[in-house]
Order: sequence, then structure tokens, then C-alpha cells
Amino acid sequence: MKSPVRLERRLEQPRWLNWAIPVISLLGALVVGAVVLLATGKNPLDVYWRILDRGFLSQRAITGTLRTATPLAFTGMCAAAAFRLGVINIGGEGQLYVGAVGAALVGLWIGGSAPVGITIIVMVLAGMLFGAMYASIVGILRSQFNTNEIITSLMMNYIAGIILNYLIFNSRSYWRDPRSIGFPSGKPLEKRTHWPTYEIFGTSVSFGFLLAVAAAIVLWVIYKRSRLGFEIGIIADSPRAARYVGIRTKWTIVAVTAMSGALAGIGGASQVGDFAHYLDAKGLQLNNFGYTGIVVAALARLNPLGAIVVAVLLGGLTNAGYSLQGPDFPSGLVGTLQGLILFTAVAGEILTKYRLRSNRNTAKAVAA
Amino acid sequence: MAESAVRMTGVVKRFPGVVANDGVNFEVMKGEVHALLGENGAGKSTLSNILTGLYRPDEGTIELDGSTVSFGSPRSALDAGIGMVHQHFRLVEPFTVAENVILGNPETPFVIDTGSTVERVAELAKRYDMAVDPNAKIWQLSVGEQQRVEILKVLYRGARVLILDEPTAVLTPIEAEALFKTLRAMTAEGRTVIFISHKLDEVMSVSDRITVLRSGRTVGTVATKDTSTRELAGMMVGRSVEFSRAVRRNPGVSSDVVLSLTDVNCNDDRGRQALHGVNVTVGRGEIVGVAGVAGNGQRELAEVIAGMRSSTGGRIAIEDKPVLNGRARAAIAGGVAHVPEDRLHTGLAAGHSVEDNMALKNYRTPLLSRFGLLKRNIITTQADDLVMKYDVKTPDTGTPVRLLSGGNVQKVLLAREFSTNPKVLVAASPTRGLDVGAIETVRERLVEAADNGVGILLISEDLEEIMSLADRIVVMYEGRLVADMPATGATREQLGLLMGGATLEASR
Repeated sequence: MKSPVRLERRLEQPRWLNWAIPVISLLGALVVGAVVLLATGKNPLDVYWRILDRGFLSQRAITGTLRTATPLAFTGMCAAAAFRLGVINIGGEGQLYVGAVGAALVGLWIGGSAPVGITIIVMVLAGMLFGAMYASIVGILRSQFNTNEIITSLMMNYIAGIILNYLIFNSRSYWRDPRSIGFPSGKPLEKRTHWPTYEIFGTSVSFGFLLAVAAAIVLWVIYKRSRLGFEIGIIADSPRAARYVGIRTKWTIVAVTAMSGALAGIGGASQVGDFAHYLDAKGLQLNNFGYTGIVVAALARLNPLGAIVVAVLLGGLTNAGYSLQGPDFPSGLVGTLQGLILFTAVAGEILTKYRLRSNRNTAKAVAA
Repeated sequence: MAESAVRMTGVVKRFPGVVANDGVNFEVMKGEVHALLGENGAGKSTLSNILTGLYRPDEGTIELDGSTVSFGSPRSALDAGIGMVHQHFRLVEPFTVAENVILGNPETPFVIDTGSTVERVAELAKRYDMAVDPNAKIWQLSVGEQQRVEILKVLYRGARVLILDEPTAVLTPIEAEALFKTLRAMTAEGRTVIFISHKLDEVMSVSDRITVLRSGRTVGTVATKDTSTRELAGMMVGRSVEFSRAVRRNPGVSSDVVLSLTDVNCNDDRGRQALHGVNVTVGRGEIVGVAGVAGNGQRELAEVIAGMRSSTGGRIAIEDKPVLNGRARAAIAGGVAHVPEDRLHTGLAAGHSVEDNMALKNYRTPLLSRFGLLKRNIITTQADDLVMKYDVKTPDTGTPVRLLSGGNVQKVLLAREFSTNPKVLVAASPTRGLDVGAIETVRERLVEAADNGVGILLISEDLEEIMSLADRIVVMYEGRLVADMPATGATREQLGLLMGGATLEASR
């Protein structure tokens, strides 16, 4: 009955594991993927090279990769921020939609008159505020009534989706383009509200992506150096110790959930300001940015800087997938490869906290 | 007369740093109610866990009905006829009584015949006079009824020896009476009951014979009709041990009151009243010992003073200034230091480093943070100083405290608490689980603090500790302070009786 190996909790987690395990996981995925590719008659080396090239190496590829990575970085940081406190906010999806609604509102409202710089800053702030307010409902329910935040945040994703549909398809709202008769769509924002892009080493980098990097640095400082970060760490480590020193746990839960929602909200604002330039009710709901963000957070081990790196990797993988797909390469196979990489990465995660031990040696020790 | 049901001989069980059972001999006859009496930490639970197959003894033998047995798991003990009713119930709340009874029983068929199960459970309940509806869901039942379900579970499995771990701790007096009746009905049928308790009165009223454990050893076995609560108290706490009173530079008799509680009430985590009108004062430089068996409100008393728990009535004051009710930060700012019972998970954040834990009480002060940002380098220097001053053995201040030994964990905690320059220290079982050297250090620190004018409320189950450190002793029983006396006049027997619920007059 006994399995030959068992998991044993590591007393200490050596630092080198933090990079060794992801690398080994990735290699494992590539090996398993190679078997699948060989079985379907493809040359694995050739396929892997194409993924690398289309996702990361060629100049155009990086531009696309960063574009795909931007919302994932935000939703990844959103999930990570809440998870760090043990609040499982999976509502990044809905908080992103609501952030987009807020940014689009501001863009439409003051976009024609206010100075460009102010308009863009207010769009970002509006995205944050809308996302934060939407998420804080979850935080308040959790801290005041001990409601399960997994369920409430998930449900609120559907509500946010319905709000989007209502604003564009089912009403004559401020966000809807009155000229779109046949197929309703969002009212386009003035050209001057479009967020800038910067040329860095021949790659165009969006303002949104730079915001994501800035947010990651701010978060990192909060976790490492701030009182709030210290308190978050204590609450996550031992709620009783937090009570013992008088940390306001309930307040912190609301604040962190709001912060988490604000991050997803900027992601939504960036979708409006950087890319769509109108409230794209369909497009926002197409990509599952919020749910993928949960994967990003897990792979990044809840580290905000890690979330940027993982988002870029996933972004590249997604874009490479699009370009691989074709008559000779079914989309199912693309999905299989992407799934394998995620699967081994998550599976490898457990080895940072636990180690494998053979049961044969220890059986004797127990009997003795 | 009767034949032996269980005989345990020379049982030794060691845990890292502690010998929980040190050559225990224990024999129970068929058809008797046999009480296992002892203070917390005397080794009662370890012994019963060995008997039910949860632990393996390091040495010694167990005989069941005269033949030697060795249990690899609780299931094999249950198969042999030994069942345990735990203090904390293991029931599935949304399931019915009958479902819980058959749960985990290997004889339960894949398809459950609900009708006949309910019938059999009802019949069993009736036979032993236990009023409980087999179709009721567990969450609908009172605690006393839930306990009956636990008993039914082991009876249904055919247990001939039942072990009850402090069964009355959760019961009202009427429920306890009903339980005793049930136990009698079971022994009348030839079943054997082992009744674990530290309450003298109920042991006297329910048992046939009593075995007393102290510090992991058997003190003796006596027939209930030949003994008295006084004798049992003496056996339980030990009368012969000599102890020396700590040397105090400034024996604490001061008229300055630093901590005063007036008619304080509060509830426990389950909302039941845990403190009933507690009045106590601690003077400057005075050590007041709170004696009592664990679970009589000591934890709530400590928490209510430290602001971790809201009082439901009364007044708590530091140097005559009332403290904001239920605000830990206010208590800390008011000068209350607190060494909680559960050091590693309440007093400290175990996964955090030594330096973070040293800063836990003062990270918000201007010394350690500005504009919401922490001054990490000063946090490190502060920790370095304290580690040096309190002789904490740690590789560096970045080491998580959970990797330190028990004695060093307590040193980290004490170092931090004393570094806040407290007026009052509430210390709950500050030496429990520590080795002799660490115990010595901790006691020296407490005495030193008292000499420097800190008023100390020392909550402990260890009478020796209280009698050697305290200037004044109060006894807690069921959420009330039942006695308040100078330490010099108190005797162990008297304290033992008071802790077991005797009145002050009766204890004299």
C-alpha cells in the first residue's frame, strides 16, 4: 500500500532552489513535449526554435510579446498582492473590466479638453479607483462577515462581464458609440488620449508596460521595506501573532484587497489607453486576463518583480502559439505544449517547500 | 477478585527533550471505573495515546486480558477492543448521529442500510441510558449529546475498554451526572472505563480505583473508598519535593498598584463566559502567582489584560489609568508586556526572522520607522543588541525563530518584552516545555524584572514555580479567583485542593 517515496517538508529552503526548480521544470516540460511532438511526426528542436524565435528573439516578436504581457503582469500582481495575505482574490478578471470602464469614462469625458498629460494620469487613477472599489466589496465582505472571498470574487467577475455587456450592447450608455447601429461598439476616444509608446532598443514599449514595471517596483518596496508590508507578512505568517501585537487585521484585509483590485484596474485602463482606445466589451472578455493572472502569480511565487518576468514569458509563449498554429500545426498541439510547461512549472513548485524521500530507508527507522 | 483488563508495565515514552512517561505501571481490572489523575503534563494523555495505539512506547509492555499486545495504529487498538473518547470531538457536523457512528467502521457495507443502522444505534443508546436521536444532525446537538455520539461510536465498534479524556470538561453538572450513570451501566456489563481527569471531586464520585501520575511516573494506585481528596491532592502535586524560594533583592511589598482588575468578565472563543468578576491587583515589583489547572480561564485572563480579548464588564487599569478595552496596541502603549502560553505562534511569528520578531512590538515607533517605511538597519542593530544581552543562541538575526530551540525562542520573546520597558508583565507558563537550564534563566529574568519594579502576573500550572517565585498567590477555578493569599503561608496540599475546586475553608 505504501508508496515508495513520500514528501517531506523542507526545514530550510535554500536560495538556489528559487531559480533551479523553475529551470528544471521547464526542461522537464520540453522533454515531455518532445515526446509528444515526435509522436505526431514533428521535429521538436525545430518547433522549439520557432517558439523561441517568434516569441522572444525577432524584433517584432518582442513588441507583440510585451503587448500581450502587459495585462497579465497587472492581473498577476493583483492576484499575488492578495494571495500574500492569504486572501484568495480571483476577481482580477472583473476588476480589470471595471478599471477599463473607469478609464474609458475619464477618457471620453475630459479627453477632448484637458491637457494630454493630465488626461492620461487621470485615466490611470480612474482605473485604479474603479478596480479598488470593486475589489473592496470582496474585502469588506471577507473581513466583516467572514464571507468566502473565492466565491464572492468569482461571482463578481460575472457581474462585471454583465455590466460591460450592458454598457455597450444593451443600453444607450455614455460609453456606447451612438453611430454604431448594426453592431454596437464603444465610443472611440480622442486621438490625444492614446497612451504613448516609447522606442527602446528598437522595440516599441507601451506606457502601460512601463507602468507595470513601476508598479512592481513600488510593490517590492512595500513588501520589503514598509510597515504595511511588515504587517501583511505577520498576518500571513501567524494571525494570532498579529492579534497579539494589535495589528488591525480587518482593515489590512480591506486595504490589500483594494490595492489588489487597483492593480487589475490599471491593467484594464491600459487596455483602453494603450490598445483599444474604446471600451471593448467583447475584447476584454475574450482573453481571460484575470484568470491567467492567477497562474502568473503562482509561477512568480507571489513576487511582483517575478510577475513581470512570468508575464513576459507567458506572453511570448502565447504569441508564438499564434504563429505556430496553421494547417500543419493544429491548435490543440499548441495548447498541449503550453499546458505542459505550465503544468510542470506548478508541479515543480512543491519541491521548493518539500523534498522527496525514499520510504525504504525510513521504514527501518520507524520500526527501530 | 476481578481479573485484569489492561496492564501496562514499565512504560517509557520519550519526546525530544522530554520524558513524558518514565516507567509507568498501570493496571485496570475488568468492570471497574478507573480514574487516571494528574496535573497537565503529568503524562496522562501520553499514556492513553500509547494504550490506543497512537504512540508506540519506547520501553515497557502492554497486556490486554493477560496477553501481550502491540498496537501499530488506533485502528488495531480498536479492533482489540480499546476505544477512546477524545476531549475534542471528531464528528462530521452535517452528518446524522447514525452516520457518524458507522463512519470509519470497516464492517460498514458499501451500500448502507440506513434503517437497520438507525435501529441498532437507537437500541445501543437506550441500553446505556443515553438520550440521543440517531437521526439528528450533529450540528443540532448540544455538546453533551455530541459526547454521547462519541461514546456510541466506540461502543458500536465493540470496545470493551473505554478511555474518556477529561469528559466532563465540556459538560454541565447535570450532563456530567448523566454521563456517570452511563459509565455505571457499562461497567455493570463488564466493560472497563478509564476516566482521565484532574478534578478531585468527580474522581471521588465516579471511580472505583484511582491511579495518580506525576511528572511521568506512577505515584500510586488507591481504592476510592480508602482515600480522600486531601490525600489525592497531595499525591497529585507532590508533598515531598523541596524547593527554594528565589532570592529577591527587593521583596515586592509595595503600596503602588501597577495593575488592577475590578469585577472583570469576559467570554471565551466560543462565547461562553470564561471570567466571572475577577478582582486582582499587582503592586510595583510584586510577583503575583495565578495557580490553577489549565482551562479555568487563565488564557482569557492573560488575553484580556493584554488587550487581545474584549472584556464584557469590569475595569482594567494600569497605574490607575483605565486601558482601552480589547485594544492590544493601547495595552502595549500603556506598558503591558505579555508572554503568552503559545510562544511560537502567538508571541512570535514563527516564520519570521529573529530581528523581525524583536521589532514586533516597536516597529511602529519613530525609532524604527518613518513615513511608513521601516529602518531595516536599526531593526538589525536592535536585534543584535538584544541577542547579545539576552544570550540568544542563533546563527544570525536573519534566522527564522521556528528554527531556534525552545529555550532560545523564549529568550527572544522575553528580550523583546523587557525591551519595551513595561510596567506590568503577564507571563503565562513561561517555563513550560523548557529544559532545566533555560528554566533557570527565565526565572532569573522574571525576578530581575520584579526587582526593577515591574509588576508580574505569573500564570502557571507548575506549583513549584509559583511557590518559589510569587509574593502572593491567587487560585483560579472555573473562571473565578477562589483564593488570594501570601505565598509564605500557602502549602501545596492547600493549593492542590483549591485548584481542584475545594473551598478555602475546606482546604484549611
